[in-house]
Amino acid sequence: MPEIFQYDFMIRAFVGGVLVGALAPALGVFLVLRRLALIADSLSHVALTGVAFGLLTKTFPPIAGLLATSTAAVAIETVRLKRLMPGDVALAVVLYSALAVAVVVIGLAGGFNVDLFSYLFGSILTVNNTDLWLLAALAAVVITFVVSFYPELAQSSFDTDLARVSGVRVFGVNLVLAILTGATITLSMRVVGVLLVGALIVVPVMVSLRVATGLRPAIGLAVAIGIGSSLFGLTIAFYANVAAGGAIVLTSVGILVLTMATEYVVGKVRA
Amino acid sequence: MTVNERNGSSANGVNLEFRNATYGYEAIDVVKDISFTVEQGDFVALLGPNGSGKTTLVRLALGLVNPTRGEVLLFGAQAHRFRDWHQVGYVPQTVEGIHTQFPATVEEIVSHGLYKGFDPTRFWKLGIPESVRISMEAVGVANLRKRRISALSTGQQQRVLIARSLVRDPKILLLDEPEAGVDAAGQEQLYSILRRLNTEDGITILMVSHDIGAVMREAKTVACINRTLVFHGPAHHITQRELSDLYGLPMDVLVHDLMHEHR
Repeated sequence: MPEIFQYDFMIRAFVGGVLVGALAPALGVFLVLRRLALIADSLSHVALTGVAFGLLTKTFPPIAGLLATSTAAVAIETVRLKRLMPGDVALAVVLYSALAVAVVVIGLAGGFNVDLFSYLFGSILTVNNTDLWLLAALAAVVITFVVSFYPELAQSSFDTDLARVSGVRVFGVNLVLAILTGATITLSMRVVGVLLVGALIVVPVMVSLRVATGLRPAIGLAVAIGIGSSLFGLTIAFYANVAAGGAIVLTSVGILVLTMATEYVVGKVRA
Repeated sequence: MTVNERNGSSANGVNLEFRNATYGYEAIDVVKDISFTVEQGDFVALLGPNGSGKTTLVRLALGLVNPTRGEVLLFGAQAHRFRDWHQVGYVPQTVEGIHTQFPATVEEIVSHGLYKGFDPTRFWKLGIPESVRISMEAVGVANLRKRRISALSTGQQQRVLIARSLVRDPKILLLDEPEAGVDAAGQEQLYSILRRLNTEDGITILMVSHDIGAVMREAKTVACINRTLVFHGPAHHITQRELSDLYGLPMDVLVHDLMHEHR
């Protein structure tokens, strides 16, 4: 057996990596198509606020993170529905408010330490079985949601008004999508880090939207690229002794760059 | 007693009715006191200059916005409470998905029109129903069925959206400037499709348009709005004076030619 599989923490990292690599792009397809990619960043910072409260009150940080991201998801979608402010501005307001609260609370908790860093940048050494069970449960919920509500997700991503006029309950679908995105971000923190998880929601999707024809194939390809990036990135991280979250995200960015370069060359050859 | 009988409508039935409909925000009325009805089988063109509230009227008709005063009735129900969406086809001027590399194929988009509520098994149904094929053929996009919607020309995209509406077997079709950005040949194709849907299939059409020539040629009824309803009646009753007033321009040459050509 290769050395990499002889460590329990690496097995846990691979399981976590596969789950995060599948979950993030599966939701990301619908976020990118709605031009809501930034919601991932905003919810990441909200998750960080949850972690800060977790550190302050000595509770399990992911639970506080789930509560915080769900609340923020409801707030963001309500603001978008009521058009209280433009969507991108609403996301920015949430992002900075959350970050400000996080900084204050972390300071109060005396929490600028290694524990915080494990959430910011991920730390595969600290991924435990509880994290994995939570991720697996979330994966089951997300897959059920995406498959069962596929027509609603597809229609409301294509055009909000057209979806409404077809009888799709757009607000409800958006709300669940935002809440599940928040949950995915929160539970992915230990694997890739709160600052980088947004990349796995967006980058694999950017590749698949360039290449795939058909929405189902686009989702499948994005998930495959997410899983592939996780496995490859973790392997590199192990042997090169570099940060796992960074290696995973750099792998997916590498795939994007290669795809664009190939398109460019193919375009030149054909022209 | 049906809804139409209750409203005292004609035998054909009223599809859509504006009753003193007003919509505005921040104390400015975008459209004000609009009253007219659209009967089953009519072909209504909605004319007006930029910013006159044409698109707002369509959004009111579809219940996407609620009137601030008055009411809008779609098949006898308040438009924003209306739920019987299979009766209604809508072709917006532009869709968000066109700008976001939306990866769906033409046949997927047309299949969207079949939506009839929550169906968790839909994801696994990969076959294309016969009604989708028929709709694609009716608007001449069957040959494009495997292409990505975002890779098509504006005219082709408009026809795909019309097919998406037709698959629902609607009684009324609302189109928001379907000719915008479409070349002359594409426009002719579009109007011939709409003409056929209206005369042969009896589908009511409400079309927002900029193209006065086409409106005079194709529409049975014209509604001119510039925040308020300026004119509503048979297309051949509209006068040069009314069109000039509507657009705030002397349009002698254009209107003169068109009126004589099409009367």
